[in-house]
Amino acid sequence: MLKINNIEVIYSDVVLVLRGISLEVNQGQIVALLGANGAGKTTTLKAISGLLLREDGAVTRGGIEFEGQMLGSMQPEEITRSGIVQVLEGRRLFRHLSVEENLITGALFRNASNRVIKQDLEEVYDYFPPLREYRHRTSGYLSGGEQQMVVIGRALMAKPKLMLLDEPSVGLAPLLVQNIFEIIQRINQEAGVAILLVEQNANVALQIAETAYVMETGRIVMDGPSDQLAENADIKEFYLGLTQVGERKSYRDVKHYKRRKRWLG
Amino acid sequence: MNWQLLPQFAITGILNGGPVALIALGIVLIFKSSEIFNFAHGQMLLIGTMSTWWFAAEEGMGLPLWLAVICAMGVSVLLGLLIERVTLRPMTGQPLLSIILMTLALGQVLQGLTILTFGTTQRNFPVFFSITDPYKLSLPFQYNGNPIVVILRQNLVWTFVIAIICVVVLWLFFQFTHTGLSMRATAEDHETAQSVGIRINRVFGISWAIAGLIATIGGILIATASGLDLSLSIVALIAFPAVLLGGLESIPGAVIGGLLIGLVQGLVALPTNDFFLGPAVAQAIRNSTEIVPYIILLIVLVIRPDGLFGQKRIERI
Repeated sequence: MLKINNIEVIYSDVVLVLRGISLEVNQGQIVALLGANGAGKTTTLKAISGLLLREDGAVTRGGIEFEGQMLGSMQPEEITRSGIVQVLEGRRLFRHLSVEENLITGALFRNASNRVIKQDLEEVYDYFPPLREYRHRTSGYLSGGEQQMVVIGRALMAKPKLMLLDEPSVGLAPLLVQNIFEIIQRINQEAGVAILLVEQNANVALQIAETAYVMETGRIVMDGPSDQLAENADIKEFYLGLTQVGERKSYRDVKHYKRRKRWLG
Repeated sequence: MNWQLLPQFAITGILNGGPVALIALGIVLIFKSSEIFNFAHGQMLLIGTMSTWWFAAEEGMGLPLWLAVICAMGVSVLLGLLIERVTLRPMTGQPLLSIILMTLALGQVLQGLTILTFGTTQRNFPVFFSITDPYKLSLPFQYNGNPIVVILRQNLVWTFVIAIICVVVLWLFFQFTHTGLSMRATAEDHETAQSVGIRINRVFGISWAIAGLIATIGGILIATASGLDLSLSIVALIAFPAVLLGGLESIPGAVIGGLLIGLVQGLVALPTNDFFLGPAVAQAIRNSTEIVPYIILLIVLVIRPDGLFGQKRIERI
């Protein structure tokens, strides 16, 4: 469905941010893209959604293919119209609009009738029951979790084929994170939306994803089915924060630097 | 003070503020959608009004008045679209200040073009409403035993009514249509708007077209009252304090700002020679019609920098 082939991204003609990323999302899949701050996860998403253009970034090598069509230098709004919707990091609502107005903006480009939009709204409210209650509130005053529901709901209103989710767990309480991720999984299963999920919270992401990629400094250093990755010793230590319990650990054994180095190779 | 004239001046002032509110709304509209303060608004208004005259006048096309107005509206919509497409879109991504200065230059160019095309003579603008037969409004108050009667030119009343109808129609458009919603969304955040599939360039185009349209209506309303010459674009400058007074992003703010400025301009005519500060001060106040909006503006901005109704930034901490 989505195929990224060895892309390189350069900002402002000088800063090389992605150095050859390849990844693939198949129909109906949840794919996780993990990595630390500054690894280039968000840049990868913006390269797909076209929002890179706004930030003076450009794909200088490789190509992005969606359903057999090269996305090339399409404007972001046109990419959204072709079925890829990005949920931007940081819960970017239209703060002065009400919850329902926010949701409707997601469906505007479909030129749908009011009746169809009403049905779609009901569908979103079924996924996110609290939003039904707050539908007429100004969205800027909602809590963080509710705002995250609004932006995911807004993306859902576009009836996307592929949803790009950028760190939906940031700044939310653990229970809420669990809740949001369950809903993401439901959206994937019930609406058949493929999802490319960028996360720092590897734990929850690996639970719902089918496959996963790990990024470091602009490269993909590891990929595979997520249950296998979850068992990987490096992932366990660096992303899941697990070590063998009860054993003393010397810094010499960790060899943190060396092991990272090996990934980069 | 001639208190008996207070209601007369106050009501006349507010009615005069109607077209000002409409013109101010055009500026707010463009600022909201693209954060550009359009200094060429007065000239857009001038061109729209001039073309109305040209379509209607014997020296021009000689069309019936209603048709002339419709044609001029078409011209102003095209002008708005053209300005957005030719001058502003290539500037996308440039610093806002350069774009704003460019609208200033654009205003001068448009002014020059108007002089080249239409010349500098004063024109007789068609009069829409009877001048000879003013409305008389008896208020249920008395002053020194005399009932207070307010005399209003038909013209004044109807320009106000038309201006307010336009404002209401626009507000309904923003609040209840999908295009209006996409404009409000774009006004808040361009990147997010793009990410939900809104074509923001089209939204900017629509904003400029609507701004041109209502500028023309505002210009026609002013011109029926005060005649038409090149100074119309300066007269329209009175909308700037109205916009800032109300808050750059607020539609109700622009309307109230416009009406307030009309009111204040009406009230400064009030002091007579028995004014408590003496006849000289009274004279000075009466002469201050042109500057009093700016004085009020200064005072308001010092107290409330975002204007009376400036958008409250929603910040969650």
